[in-house]
Amino acid sequence: MDLANAFDEMRGLNDGVRNAYKGYFDWLAGTPMEKLIEKHQHADLIFRRLGITFAVYGSDAGLERLIPFDVIPRILDAEEWKMVAGGVCQRIRAINAFLDDIYHEQHILKAGRIPPPLVLNNPAFRPEVLGLDLPRQIYVHVAGVDVVRVSADEFYVLEDNVRVPSGVSYMLENREAMMRLFPELFSGISVAPINHYSDLLLRTLRTAAPGGTVDPTVVVLTPGHFNSAYFEHAFLATQMGVDLVEGQDLFVEDDAVFMRTTEGPRRVDVIYRRIDDDYIDPLAFDAGSALGIPGLLSVVRNGNVGLCNAIGTGIADDKAIYTFVPDMIDFYLAEKPILKNVPTYRLSEPDDCRYVLDNLEELVVKEVAGSGGYGMLVGPRSTADERFQFRNKILAQPNNFIAQPTLNLSTCPTLVDGDVQPRHVDLRPYVLTGETTTVVPGGLTRVALRQGSLVVNSSQGGGTKDTWVLES
Amino acid sequence: MLGRTANNVYWMARYVERAENMARLLASTYHMSLLPANRSGKENDDWEAPLQLVVDRSDFLERYGVVTAGTVLPFMALDGDNQMSILSAIRMARENARATRTELTTEVWEGINQTYIEIEGMSYAKMVDQGFREFFDWVRDRSHLFRGAIYGTMRRGDAFAFARLGTFIERADNTARFLAIKWEMLTPTGRPLLAEDYFRWGALLRAFSALKAYREVYSTIIEPRRVAELLLLRRDMPRSLYACSAETVDILQSLRGQAPCTRTAVQIAERLQRSRIDGILRSGLPRFLNNHVARSNELHSMIGREFMLVL
Repeated sequence: MDLANAFDEMRGLNDGVRNAYKGYFDWLAGTPMEKLIEKHQHADLIFRRLGITFAVYGSDAGLERLIPFDVIPRILDAEEWKMVAGGVCQRIRAINAFLDDIYHEQHILKAGRIPPPLVLNNPAFRPEVLGLDLPRQIYVHVAGVDVVRVSADEFYVLEDNVRVPSGVSYMLENREAMMRLFPELFSGISVAPINHYSDLLLRTLRTAAPGGTVDPTVVVLTPGHFNSAYFEHAFLATQMGVDLVEGQDLFVEDDAVFMRTTEGPRRVDVIYRRIDDDYIDPLAFDAGSALGIPGLLSVVRNGNVGLCNAIGTGIADDKAIYTFVPDMIDFYLAEKPILKNVPTYRLSEPDDCRYVLDNLEELVVKEVAGSGGYGMLVGPRSTADERFQFRNKILAQPNNFIAQPTLNLSTCPTLVDGDVQPRHVDLRPYVLTGETTTVVPGGLTRVALRQGSLVVNSSQGGGTKDTWVLES
Repeated sequence: MLGRTANNVYWMARYVERAENMARLLASTYHMSLLPANRSGKENDDWEAPLQLVVDRSDFLERYGVVTAGTVLPFMALDGDNQMSILSAIRMARENARATRTELTTEVWEGINQTYIEIEGMSYAKMVDQGFREFFDWVRDRSHLFRGAIYGTMRRGDAFAFARLGTFIERADNTARFLAIKWEMLTPTGRPLLAEDYFRWGALLRAFSALKAYREVYSTIIEPRRVAELLLLRRDMPRSLYACSAETVDILQSLRGQAPCTRTAVQIAERLQRSRIDGILRSGLPRFLNNHVARSNELHSMIGREFMLVL
């Protein structure tokens, strides 16, 4: 894509200074480049010392790496945030209603709003939880909705991420680092605080406890310290003051879940699991999984333990079902969608497929089941050879793919090679649903550090920024 | 507290203590090797001592060939393939800390992570360049910082107890092993002590930070018998077997007074309390020490089974 024609978060489309950046722009103009670079290096030291690292799969040398952190914040003013916050919360409310519906009465299928096979034959649909009544009918307690911007008032949602979204620890640590590096900025500019996230999360998780539990015991379930997001699991458990457990620490007995402690078994009421459905119970799902807890599903089904997120949420963030979220908003909430969906071509449809194959240079093609930026083709940035290979993959299994027009993501000034340059960004706010659906003001801003690149995933060389929402 | 977590905290502390004691042993060996080379061949004997702690000595001989300061030091300090090296111990300590960082305060975690980052950036060339003593002092300081951070910042709960337990179990084990290795090398048979011997015994006491204490307690010249008494039986010497055993008993009693492992710990401590140094020396110090190491291992396994669900 075209950096020059992209909407810039600081400068807009011409060389003005947008409202959100008024205070910061003056500070940046008055700050020598050397100082910025020095702070940048200092930030690296802080992150390494704190051990804020992630593991990169498939790279043998560095088991742990830092996600590059950029010291220039991404800033939204109160008006812009109101729209984003309202939009993401609206989607998650609709998605929770959708999940409760398709695991019970399936009104939306009966009304013909979504073709039934798309849901019922989908591997992410879990018949195991049909008819299961959850506390407050909530399936998605934590969501990380990926939002991108293309102009002053146009935001699109790329994905809803309602399985096991990650990255919130970076949102929190980025803010910590910024306050440590630039305290003077925070006294001059009123940035909405976000560090109550962990308290909100704990409160949210407690609402998932089996009915009538007094003072529920909550745990965070991690695949273990070799997992790429282990830092985050440990971070959240520490912040909430709850135990961080692995599958081997839990067991099922008398239709309840217990953890093995130094003082004997202790009952667990809510599991904030950071493990996918497939691995969570070897008796019910992937039998080869050593990460899960045998028998967990039956305890869940009997309502004796709460799982966050619930089993079966994956059906709502399937890339094919994604296209129906605006319909869900209309069907369940009778509201107009606040944020746009990216127009999506389903390659299972012959017409769509033909169009996509004829226009590969213009489109982004994604694997339906892919994530993390793996297995995708960015048309305008691809070579003829890459397009040829993708064409063959599509023809072999068209059902596996969707395609979307390439959005010209907004850019944000970023420190690159000793200079401030525009780089494309996205935004992932974290939506919590307990007694109500809320979102802390901000989120994780990811930035594609390579010039012109639109892929912001950390596994693909992306970095992160602190995200500021101005209070007024 | 989770049994697995208790196990991680315990091993984290054991590995830090092991790194420190290995640095102490190497520092004192280095110190002894600085004697004027009036008795050639003795230097290499000194460097045999640390190798006695290694499980697979043939691995060392294959990769390094001869036993000298220039081979044993890089092998025991910085060789990641040697499980007994300081580097390996710090790596393992950090790995255990990482697996259980929710139980640690920021100070404890950051301290251990920083130690790991710094030693990963260390090379033998740098060690030679800055001086061996500097390196060993650094390892010891990092261990002091670790214990200090635990003592000064952690809630007196299970994690604190298991970290302290790991420290004292490992320390007692290391003190016993090192003394067993050094004792025979340092004890002359059938001749009075020479100036050189005093130098060596002094270096040994210094390895346990006990030279000053020896002077205070005995106010006399160094006698091997008294060195042994100081390092085995004195309750007021923080690195002695008796002191470590008594601490272990206190911790286990606070955790679970009636547990079988607690009873075993009490028996070990009582045996040390009852023993007199002359009796121990009559039946042989190495035998006594080996027996102590075996009993400590048994205690370690019982703690694993009873608290950490280790099979």
